[in-house]
Amino acid sequence: MTAIVRRSGGNPTNAPDGGLCLALSDMGSSEATLSSAIRTETTFTVNGRRVQMELDPRESLLDVLRERLGLTGTKKGCDHGQCGACTVHLDGRRIVSCLTPAVQVNGQAVTTIEGVAAPDGTLHPLQEAFIDNDALQCGYCTPGQVMSGLACIAEGHAGDDDEIREYLSGNLCRCGAYAGILAAVRETARRTDSRVGEG
Amino acid sequence: MLRPDGTLKVTGEFAYSSDLWLDGMLWGATLRSPHPSAWIRSVDVGPALAMPGVFAVLTHEDVPGEKFYGLEHKDQPVLAIDQVRYQGEAVALVAADHPETARRAAAAIVVDYEVREAVVDARRAAFDPSCPPVHAHGNLVRHQPVRVGSTFDAPVVVTGEYEVGMQDQAFLGPESGLAVPGEDGGVDLYVATQWLHVDQDQVAPCLALPKEKVRLSLAGVGGAFGAREDLSMQIHASMLALRTGKPVKIVYGREESFFGHVHRHPARMRYEHGATADGRLVYVRAEIVLDGGAYCSSSPAVVGNAASLGVGPYEVGNVWIDAYGVYTNNPPCGAMRGFGAVQACYAYESQMDRLAEACGLSPVEVRIRNAVSQGSKLATGQIVDTPAPLADMLRELEAMPGPGEPSAARDLRSLPGGVAQTTHGEGVRRGVGYGVGIKNICFSEGFDDYSTARVRVELLGGEPHVLVHTAAAEVGQGLITIKAQIARTELGIDKVTIAPADTSVGSAGSSSASRQSYVTGGAVKATCEAVRERLDRMRAGHPELTLEELLELYGPVEETREYRHRPTTPMDPLTGQGDSHVQLALCVHRAVVDVDVELGLVKVVELAAVQDVGRILNPLALEGQIHGGTAQGLGLALMEEIQVRDGKVLNPSFTDYLIPTILDMPPMRLSILENPDPHAPYGLRGAGEPPTLSSTPAVAAAVRAATGLDLPRVPIRPEDIALVPAAG
Repeated sequence: MTAIVRRSGGNPTNAPDGGLCLALSDMGSSEATLSSAIRTETTFTVNGRRVQMELDPRESLLDVLRERLGLTGTKKGCDHGQCGACTVHLDGRRIVSCLTPAVQVNGQAVTTIEGVAAPDGTLHPLQEAFIDNDALQCGYCTPGQVMSGLACIAEGHAGDDDEIREYLSGNLCRCGAYAGILAAVRETARRTDSRVGEG
Repeated sequence: MLRPDGTLKVTGEFAYSSDLWLDGMLWGATLRSPHPSAWIRSVDVGPALAMPGVFAVLTHEDVPGEKFYGLEHKDQPVLAIDQVRYQGEAVALVAADHPETARRAAAAIVVDYEVREAVVDARRAAFDPSCPPVHAHGNLVRHQPVRVGSTFDAPVVVTGEYEVGMQDQAFLGPESGLAVPGEDGGVDLYVATQWLHVDQDQVAPCLALPKEKVRLSLAGVGGAFGAREDLSMQIHASMLALRTGKPVKIVYGREESFFGHVHRHPARMRYEHGATADGRLVYVRAEIVLDGGAYCSSSPAVVGNAASLGVGPYEVGNVWIDAYGVYTNNPPCGAMRGFGAVQACYAYESQMDRLAEACGLSPVEVRIRNAVSQGSKLATGQIVDTPAPLADMLRELEAMPGPGEPSAARDLRSLPGGVAQTTHGEGVRRGVGYGVGIKNICFSEGFDDYSTARVRVELLGGEPHVLVHTAAAEVGQGLITIKAQIARTELGIDKVTIAPADTSVGSAGSSSASRQSYVTGGAVKATCEAVRERLDRMRAGHPELTLEELLELYGPVEETREYRHRPTTPMDPLTGQGDSHVQLALCVHRAVVDVDVELGLVKVVELAAVQDVGRILNPLALEGQIHGGTAQGLGLALMEEIQVRDGKVLNPSFTDYLIPTILDMPPMRLSILENPDPHAPYGLRGAGEPPTLSSTPAVAAAVRAATGLDLPRVPIRPEDIALVPAAG
């Protein structure tokens, strides 16, 4: 059977059971590049891993994460900084990765949705709370919502519902799961010290 | 029970169609028309082909099979042939080894257009014989009359002209998919869609392939709401893959997505309601014109809904409705949550408020006096043969506690416009409004609407295990949760796996019309029952054996069943009469708004809803559906519109096409009723669409109550409130 993968592994049809997964293939970086591109050497960390790459200065951090590093958990909803689906953390602060030139993160630490759960797979309490409160439907905005929610709590902006709303208003959810998202962030903020967002 | 895909979705591991990757794959790009109407004199693909990294450039001449496709009529060319009929129509395709190269190559294709007059006025397209035809067969897609009774005068008469703007589904995960050429000359297509088999039915003839050589698998779907019912990149990616012999991925950007799918039909509606002095409806006359844009899509069915549900859930003895769907050179329109019923609902509910005012009744009372109930006859002659406790729902809604008065010391965040407010709230007025909606569930008008399920029970690691396989699209609504719940309940086996949806099992029909819990849920239930019967027979022969031992002895048990809901009939083409609907669902909303009448800004303070769902299968997912549907209705009332001028879209971005944020969506009070429908599996009633209907008129009515303005158009824009000429 043809091996079709997300670059980071997994399977294309989201089979919940290992027995149904299509085979995984080892992803190389055989991607074509644009001709006549200027290259800039860039070094940064992603989820604690050091990355050194020759980058086209026009490449967005979002495209580098998704297409060159295989971290497709970060979503492209608009590519114009309007929807928040591509939210990641840069040195602990949330940014929209689609409007961030990748060369600009040189020397900095990027955290994506793939870096939120513990290495052994234990979910972060906010991820658990998203599941428990059904804070998602299609789930496309969810990685961005989780990254934004973590930052909202870490920034100390989860004091009450109005404040949470204000500080999550950059992340669109077309399915309208806002009530669940609000509940998940509120619950997690109350459970954790408001100064400690990212475990 | 929680979503089986929840963990994948909160960790970023869930693979959406845009996340797929195959070594050596190419990227496809689409060249689209900048004109709403033009002849194509020539297409020169030479400059694109000459670019390094480009593997193929295709035009309509390269379509291997049939050149046209479509959901109801095959009137849309795979790639434009000699003319374009809307801005954004696909003209040519490119495959290249880098997405940016593909886009640049598409831009390098030289198309010589001769611009024509664009037909952009739907009423003109419907009624003016001198209007140029958008298609050779004319501009009328469907005219559906409804005719009942002959009394069209009454003591109280209210009239209105209403308009609904073009709404976009605006799912967050743009159209995308991966086509892989097969060794047998066929193609494997991994795509985000709502209905795998109807895609297969349309794709295969255009590729000149038998259906079994076009295999579709559902990739992760980033929202749908109707916009994935029509094809987008399916045929295009397959053509490029077959031509190059390489896998081809196409992912639309946000701007392209606005041109890549159909929208909700804009509507222009004229209504006249006649009633007795005490507010009982005598007659309703209506003319509903729906702009279908350049291609048919599902316009005929949208017209059918607007006509058959055009008076709403009210008893009326005399009805004269004409609903039209027309071609224009505007963007094509088709399915969106609520499908034809949304537009009419905004108009008839606006009329009910006018009637209440004319008769000196409250908005709730006038609705109660005319409400349908079980046994009522609809305008189509169909008898409501299941519970429809509309009057009780309205009473319950009215009795729900409200949000309380705004506090005197106002936080900026609580004002319309939020922290961007430039006043101290001096111009803020509060208003309350009500809305009622009725939606048909499942496909209507005689459609053979069914779903297929395959269920297998076997021993895995010594334990009994159920595998449920359907082709039904999980689009976020939570269908896989429901399927697993049903299998677990019917078979009493804890370990249940939902197989990925693909075309190796029979059709499940579309994830639309709020139908999947009913129809695919029904198919899974029926199949589990068949499996259970076989297990019971096996058990009868060996009463001493456990289930594990029986499965050990006999091997796996597998059954496949199709499930059909009760049949419907077409609408009579002259009178609209017929039992055209399977199931009807009601939802009622109350909206409380604060309006800054000087700035034209609206803040929805609270929304309350009562909905009858027959039977609750999954409370969490159900509440999510009601919240989500309500949010999209709120969006239509206040902010969402694709602005089209002279056939061109002015706002194809999320900066200019606004959808509700978490700040716009207020807290909701819900009351969910369970009056079972005896015809439906478990008595359930489809739930996803009804709240989308009633929230729009409720919000609009609340804004009217706050401002005293007519507001005959949604979305209500700030200038409609703040820039109204005085004493106009």
